[in-house]
Order: sequence, then structure tokens, then C-alpha cells
Amino acid sequence: MNKVTVEALKEYGFSAVALPEPEREITGVYIGDLLSWVMGRAKSGDAWITIMSNINVLAVASLADTACVIAAEGVEITEDIAKSAVEKGINILSFSGSAYDAAVLLYELL
Amino acid sequence: MSEALKFRFDVDGNDFTSAGKASVQVKKNLRQLGLSPETIRRVSIAMYEGEINMVIHAGGGVAEVTVTEDCVEIFLSDKGPGIKDIDQAMQEGFSTASDNIRSLGFGAGMGLPNMKRYTDYMDIKSTVGVGTDITMRVNI
Repeated sequence: MNKVTVEALKEYGFSAVALPEPEREITGVYIGDLLSWVMGRAKSGDAWITIMSNINVLAVASLADTACVIAAEGVEITEDIAKSAVEKGINILSFSGSAYDAAVLLYELL
Repeated sequence: MSEALKFRFDVDGNDFTSAGKASVQVKKNLRQLGLSPETIRRVSIAMYEGEINMVIHAGGGVAEVTVTEDCVEIFLSDKGPGIKDIDQAMQEGFSTASDNIRSLGFGAGMGLPNMKRYTDYMDIKSTVGVGTDITMRVNI
């Protein structure tokens, strides 16, 4: 398996919104928008693909210890949230395509 | 470590944007104590679910986390509406959250089941109209 860092995604159509830990390795993928579901099922090191963009995403990403949040469908992440993500050490990338498109790209990389 | 270590948090019931603050703080504290990542993950997920429940349903409450030699105990107490049917509330997918809450990504009906799944012991004492006390333990 290739080692894929969060930063490397920038070369594949993902754009950085907040990258306080660019060297963090992605070891899997989880897709979901219901926060409790994500908390219960996402694994540490997963890239979490979601269309949720409110502040609670940061708490879930932090507690579930995901490698990064991928905001699919180009959903807007406000500056406040991006700033808070940097403070909390949470990586966020934006992706203009669907969650499925993002997952397909990640499947090819991992 | 002979003496138990205790952290106490007031959970603000009006502020969705800061919900999770206590859990994130507990995660930091446990990390400093050198507990294993898996233990920390289990404690912080269970606590976050409890914290969110207190914000959504009970207008806030109090959270206490006690670290002893062999376990981390989380005690959550609120003066909310109470849980009418605990067995029903424990079922995955059952939720009484409003559409507004759901639009924020909550209300999946996974809160209490997650709390049970991630802890080694869980006890709910709830009286309708009085409030709810939950004790959870994660063995170290």
C-alpha cells in the first residue's frame, strides 16, 4: 500500500482549506453526514468525506481522530471554521465533485 | 497513581457551536496522562455523545471525568425532561431530535448506542420531569 499524506491530495484536485498537519497519513476512507454515525464508525486515520460544513464537524473529526475532513460538493467552509480547524490541528480539504468522485480518487491512491 | 484524578465541566445548553468543548478538553487531558490512543478515543466519543445529548435535550448539565488506576469514569448529570423509555432510547436509529437539530448532522439515533458500544459499563438513571444521570466506565 502506498503511503499517502494529506498534503499529497492537493495534487489530485483537492484544495487545502486548513492544513495544520500536512504530513498526516491517510489509511482509509469514511463517507457520512450523520455525526454520531461517523463517530461510531470512522477509524483513526480515515479521510472523512462529508457535505456537512458546520463547526460540529471539527469536534467529530478531532474525537474520531480522522486524518482529514474532505468537504465534498464544494460546500463552503467559513473562515471562522477554517481558523478554528488550524487551532485544533484538524486538516480540511475541499473537493468540488461528489463524495463518490472523491472516494474513487482516494481508492486509486491508497 | 494512587489518588483518583477528577475533571469537572459545565456543559452550556444554549451553545451548539461550542458543544464538544468538554470532550475535546478531556481528550487532551487523557493524552497528557499517557493513556492509550484507543482508550482515549473510546472515552472521548462516549463523552461527546453524552455532551451533545445534554445540549440537544436537556439545556446543558454537568460532566465529571474521574481517572483511577484501572478505569476512566464519566458521570453526566442534567435536569432535562428525562428519558421516558430507556430501552427504546437505546435502539439504534431511535431519536426525538427536531428537524433543525438533524440538519446540523445530529439526531441519527446513535448517541446512546454509541455510548454503550464504546464503554465497558453504562448505567442510566432517569426520571421524567426531573433529569438524567449517566455513569459510564472505560477500563484501562
